[in-house]
Amino acid sequence: MIRLENVSIRAGAFAVAGLSLEVPAGRYGVLMGQTGSGKTTLLEAICGLRRLQSGRITLGGRDVTTLKVAQRGIGYVPQDRALFPTMTVREHLAFALTIRMWNRSAIHSRVTELAQMLAITPLLDRGVVNLSGGEAQRVALGRALAHRPEVLLLDEPLSALDEETRSQMTDLLRSIQQETGVTMLHVTHSAREAERLAQNLFTLEAGHLRERSLTGEVAG
Amino acid sequence: MSEAAVDSTSGQSPANLRARSDAPFLISLGVIGGLYLLLIVAMLVADASFTSPGHLLEALQSEPIQYAIWLSLISCSITTILSVWVAVPTGYLLSRWQRDGRWSGVRHVIDATLDIPIVLPPLVIGLSLLILFQTFPGRWIERQTQHWLGTPITYAIPSVILAQFAVAAAFAVRTMRVTFDQLNPRSEQVALTLGCSRSQAFFMVVLPEARRGMLTAGTLAWARSLGEFGPILVFSGATRMRTEVLPTTVFLELSVGRIEAAVAVSLLMVACALIVLVIVRVFGSADAFGKGV
Repeated sequence: MIRLENVSIRAGAFAVAGLSLEVPAGRYGVLMGQTGSGKTTLLEAICGLRRLQSGRITLGGRDVTTLKVAQRGIGYVPQDRALFPTMTVREHLAFALTIRMWNRSAIHSRVTELAQMLAITPLLDRGVVNLSGGEAQRVALGRALAHRPEVLLLDEPLSALDEETRSQMTDLLRSIQQETGVTMLHVTHSAREAERLAQNLFTLEAGHLRERSLTGEVAG
Repeated sequence: MSEAAVDSTSGQSPANLRARSDAPFLISLGVIGGLYLLLIVAMLVADASFTSPGHLLEALQSEPIQYAIWLSLISCSITTILSVWVAVPTGYLLSRWQRDGRWSGVRHVIDATLDIPIVLPPLVIGLSLLILFQTFPGRWIERQTQHWLGTPITYAIPSVILAQFAVAAAFAVRTMRVTFDQLNPRSEQVALTLGCSRSQAFFMVVLPEARRGMLTAGTLAWARSLGEFGPILVFSGATRMRTEVLPTTVFLELSVGRIEAAVAVSLLMVACALIVLVIVRVFGSADAFGKGV
């Protein structure tokens, strides 16, 4: 579950105030808004990368408002994916597990399992610099999912992909959510993406965050 | 004809644009760059024509010059390690501080202070170091190094390294700062979300990405130290078989009118610098690092 209560954030000249949102556990939440509306800032605040001016953030029943980024137990895929250029695909998938000091065989089986789920097994020993957009996105997803986070935060995961890859990725995102039961918050400016994926739909417009019913009506 | 294919102001189609050659542009770039390259090569050729293999051999066999070669190579290498060791944390802190945006006034002052060794005349750096080691804390440090290492700093080998370090580290800091500025801060943030502490994210993600910059910073520090003369002359003196590095040899040989020997040593320095720079370029190339970078 992802719950924001009266969250206010200031980042330089940009500020949003009094934002509240709740994605129930295991649901696919989509947050829609124009470029510059503060979607990414909000996602960063949930990650703990931005300090809140006020308000409270609860993830999976835990109040994480004052917790450090590392303690929040999230998976985060930023818009540019931010893969680690010095590591192989395998090292990406193993990264969070190495940090958590899993043993070698547990890491190996988790990496194999993730690679199968994301269909990137043939890429495991490759570097990430020359991957295609879709491949890079799968690696970023695998890296974020490896430690079985309760919450997965995706920033414009389908932008900069061609039409066919976008359609494949949409199916993949849906199947990941069904298989893992992770609570997701997907930020996008595309109404089409929202329509195809959202179980809970939110819009951020002119500093106001609202939940909408999936037929486009304001739900509350 | 479609609207896009017609220039709206002149009515001409792109096909009517004259196919201009790129050659004049490229040639003028080449000429400007080539002139500088020519100047460097001409200087080296002039040096080479002024000396002979006999002079070079004589220089290589001279005991003080052998000492100067070794002292130069060892002091430059120690200086390089120290410079990179200081430059990595300093550059990282400055870069992240700039992104953070807080206390920018203080940051600008610190930033400018770190550039002082770059803009100050080298002699002034030597003089400042000399004066520093005449102050009470400086004399205390002298006594400690004398006690623990068996050598003072001023007018001894540690002063050579310190004089080189004072200047070279500033260049290394600048290089590392630019390196960290250019790295994607998102990688580090993602590492934090995956469970890393700041130090784990730094050592596992940021530092490996900064290795090319570290290599450049090290090369720059090494090259800078090899050519350092002003601060060494003032702070270390020019004593044969004691604080004599290769630039000091050139100075000493010139001062007694032995231009051939001075030129021979200069060419030795060029050869040393070329060998190190080429080795670093080869080992620093993308292939040497593997992993698809």
